[in-house]
Amino acid sequence: MTTTDGSAAAEALHAVRLRVNGVWHEARVPARRLLSDFLRHDLRLSGTHVGCEHGVCGACTVLLDGQPVRSCLMLAVGARDHEVTTVEGLGTPDDMHPVQQAFRECHGLQCGFCTPGFLTTAAAFIEENPDPSEDEAREAVSGNLCRCTGYQNIVASVLRAAEIAREDRA
Amino acid sequence: MKPSPFAYSAPASLDEALEVLEQVGADGKVLAGGQSLVPILNMRLAAPAHVVDINRVGGLAHVTVEDGAVLVGALARHAEVERDDAARAALPLLGQALRLVAHPVIRNRGTTVGSLAHADPSGEMTAVLALTGGSVSAARRGSTRDIAAADFFLGPLESALEPGELAVSARFPRLPARTGTTFVEVARRHGDYAMCGVAAAVTLDDAGAVTAARAAYISMSPTPVVLDLGEAVAGRAPADADWAAAADLAVGQLEPEADIHATAHYRSHLARVLTARALAEAAGRAA
Repeated sequence: MTTTDGSAAAEALHAVRLRVNGVWHEARVPARRLLSDFLRHDLRLSGTHVGCEHGVCGACTVLLDGQPVRSCLMLAVGARDHEVTTVEGLGTPDDMHPVQQAFRECHGLQCGFCTPGFLTTAAAFIEENPDPSEDEAREAVSGNLCRCTGYQNIVASVLRAAEIAREDRA
Repeated sequence: MKPSPFAYSAPASLDEALEVLEQVGADGKVLAGGQSLVPILNMRLAAPAHVVDINRVGGLAHVTVEDGAVLVGALARHAEVERDDAARAALPLLGQALRLVAHPVIRNRGTTVGSLAHADPSGEMTAVLALTGGSVSAARRGSTRDIAAADFFLGPLESALEPGELAVSARFPRLPARTGTTFVEVARRHGDYAMCGVAAAVTLDDAGAVTAARAAYISMSPTPVVLDLGEAVAGRAPADADWAAAADLAVGQLEPEADIHATAHYRSHLARVLTARALAEAAGRAA
């Protein structure tokens, strides 16, 4: 926002308080701060990647109250009081989430840029559909783009993740 | 890119929301699911002075079946409508259309009423509202009016909603008994905007003969168009009906335009193929 003399005018700040990966955070941000930028810049959680910034590529997908959503299509102020899970919240190197184990096992990533979006999307999907068919797995990640085009292994990873989760529950 | 600066309010009640919308008038833009609005803000195709976020308003997230219609509140997400068993049973066309709206992750956030208010001529739900003869309820401070589908869509991305108004719900009437429906479309890539999409409804009488056949189109005109194709197929059993003749009748009334995605000729070709396919499929479900 600039004033008539060209100098920058202060933008109004809004208080947000939200839980990210189990930890409450508070900050004051401009209304136009996207949730994706809030996670990366304000909270320094750079695991969420930003590709297209208009909802097409799916790289920035996070879980909002357990449901996958595009973080580039949400305002940080809109996530006030909600629970957000980013790829950092799925698992740790020593205690990986089934989708993380599966993507490693099945070579489900190449350059890795799109991977955080695939992992969050797949984590919610196998929760909802514990025993998916290949078509269902493909449909579930159809809104995520991989420019390395490694889709065969990604679909195999999603199916393997569901299998690992079923084994873990058994 | 990032949105331009804007003033922001997040009213907690409908009264408060309508008050803010009245104050900001034409400078205001309603934010519901944001799956169309936020990309437009990010790309700076629009720079509203004031964004009114209605996500905190209570009582707008309902999906109910009553009075022979499915009522969808302004904050019901596409995914919630899609998963609502009673709504899908009352009007299967809702589920048939929603599975084609973008991708599952977008449907988790995007709202059905928001996609109507956005009035994108390639939005599937615009055709569902038009084919069912539905309406949108628009509230402003002190009054509410119902806008029929035929009057709601004025042009590409232009609805009949006026500054200060909020679309609070949409009403999708149920179709007559022994009516089958479907929604088919062709897009360059799965989940993309369709180059042509057809919602069809075919009604049979007790003897199993076609009494009505109608189709609504997306991406073929500035606003969703509904065509009555009954004269080509009425009185025939679905197996004997000349669906190709009905498709010819439809294509003769459509005047698609060319854009970077498809030529006008190709869109007409798609409309012909998809109309015949949709009517036959809808008739099969009506039996």
